[in-house]
Amino acid sequence: MSRESRTLGAVNVVEAVDLHRTYRVTTGAIRRRTHDLEAVRGVSFAIREGELFGLIGPNGAGKTTTIKMLITLLIPTSGSATVLGHDVVKDARWIRERIGYVFGGERGLYERLSALDNLRYFAELYAVDHRRQRARIDELLSLVGLKGREQERVEGYSRGMRQRLHIARGLLHDPPVLFLDEPTIGVDPVGARELRALIASLTEAGKTVLLTTHYMFEADSLCDRIAVIAKGEIVAQGTPQELKAGVAAGSVVEVEVFGIDQPSVERVLALDGVRAAVVEEHEQRQLLIVQTAPGLELTHAILSQLNGTAVGRVSSREPTLEDAYVQLVTAA
Amino acid sequence: MTRIARIVALGLLIHVKHLSRNAFDVMATTIWPLVYATLAYFMFRAGSQPEALLLASLGATVMGIWSITTVGAADAIQRQRWAGVLELLVAAPTPFWAVLLPITIATSTIGIYALVSTLLWGRFLFGIPLHLEQPVIFVLAIPPTIVSIGLLGFVMASVVVRFRAGWAVGNMFEYPVWLVTGLLVPVALLPGWAEPISWLLAPTWGMRALRDAAFTGGAPLFDIAMCVVLSVAYTVIGAVLLGQFLQSARRRATLSLT
Repeated sequence: MSRESRTLGAVNVVEAVDLHRTYRVTTGAIRRRTHDLEAVRGVSFAIREGELFGLIGPNGAGKTTTIKMLITLLIPTSGSATVLGHDVVKDARWIRERIGYVFGGERGLYERLSALDNLRYFAELYAVDHRRQRARIDELLSLVGLKGREQERVEGYSRGMRQRLHIARGLLHDPPVLFLDEPTIGVDPVGARELRALIASLTEAGKTVLLTTHYMFEADSLCDRIAVIAKGEIVAQGTPQELKAGVAAGSVVEVEVFGIDQPSVERVLALDGVRAAVVEEHEQRQLLIVQTAPGLELTHAILSQLNGTAVGRVSSREPTLEDAYVQLVTAA
Repeated sequence: MTRIARIVALGLLIHVKHLSRNAFDVMATTIWPLVYATLAYFMFRAGSQPEALLLASLGATVMGIWSITTVGAADAIQRQRWAGVLELLVAAPTPFWAVLLPITIATSTIGIYALVSTLLWGRFLFGIPLHLEQPVIFVLAIPPTIVSIGLLGFVMASVVVRFRAGWAVGNMFEYPVWLVTGLLVPVALLPGWAEPISWLLAPTWGMRALRDAAFTGGAPLFDIAMCVVLSVAYTVIGAVLLGQFLQSARRRATLSLT
């Protein structure tokens, strides 16, 4: 079933209303000073039943903090949130029985135990009927492609295998709601593609998923709707098409450069009609990506600001979700 | 209740397995008490009290179990935090006391390695006869000793859940508990106020249970009963403290490293 053909439920399964989360930060050894750091500042969104909702933003934007409030690990400083209609602070245990949480990276597993032992332990913690545990574990091992490797210690697993084991762990109790925090981070392209297919199959099975990711193409291909978070605030929300449309009334100029410096980028940014400019590193070369306002031809003006920088291929194209993201995050 | 029992039993099995698979940890657990035992043997030999060598051996064993528990329980929680597992355990719908409890008991269970190595060390290196007056009671006294010490570790480990640097508490209590429970010197030699404190600490009764089962004239069953009573008390205190600390950790965001 494709994303377009899937029918979403009318019920909001996850709802965040004006969520705030402040951390107290202490600095100094002798003269200790504390100050408050607002990690999440008034985040609101709702996720419908069966929806795959993406939360994207740069490092430190507040994605993980938001997820941790929704999965009951953190208490919001203010605001409220519900999962399946229950309050994340008052009904923490009720919610925990019905949600799965998967995060990316190498951590979160007992390294010296086998995958089977890891799954057996978490199956017990999630009250999976002990008579069904083995069958459920077998089913999940097959689903994530670890069947036959389950007796091996996790310390010998590749990153992709660990990530698939994480997903199996999150699905043990067959939760209707899943929170996936950067599940493909650091996984090789083939492994990441398999993981994305797995994630897509979750919503086809009727699960509601909140996904955070850094990869725009991933959000674009998987998510029904996306919220862009920057500096603790939601700066845009909508379908991938709606977000792209926000910058569609403009164009993108890409310039291949060799050894561009920051003052040159700032000069480009200062040009009238330039909305955003970022540099992507590609081994020996860089790619200067400039978003421009509609109706303007700025290629020549951009090139004239790159004094002394060797320039390669120059091209222009339609904006992508990544361009929308860059523009939104840069403006925040 | 059956579910909690299953979780505790499986948790114990899983964590003993996990702890036992680090060869360096097992080596440290086995060798560490031998240092205490060796010192004790030489001290007692110098005092011409060869009959007390077994007692020294038992004292060194309980010292070892306590050290492993007090440092290890706090360290085990900190390791779960480093490994990113602590948050996953808290996020599970199982009451967290039932998750933490087997972790700390697993740490003290590893102390069995210390017990075996210490007794064998004494037997083969120093020729201490392993003559036990009530061998069955001696064996029966081992589980309540280990569990009660593990549960004292559980009370301390609850602090580590809330405070990232709380593992230092484990180190802080290592030597004072040796002293106050009579593992180093008889409690009678300590100031009067120390004795009531020793009654509240599991190593006191665990040591007495092993000693009274090994020698004539004691009441090992009473000591074992005290281990059980303290175990129940530690579980209740630990669970209440943990509930408070966990709520505070969710508010202060100290479950993860960052």
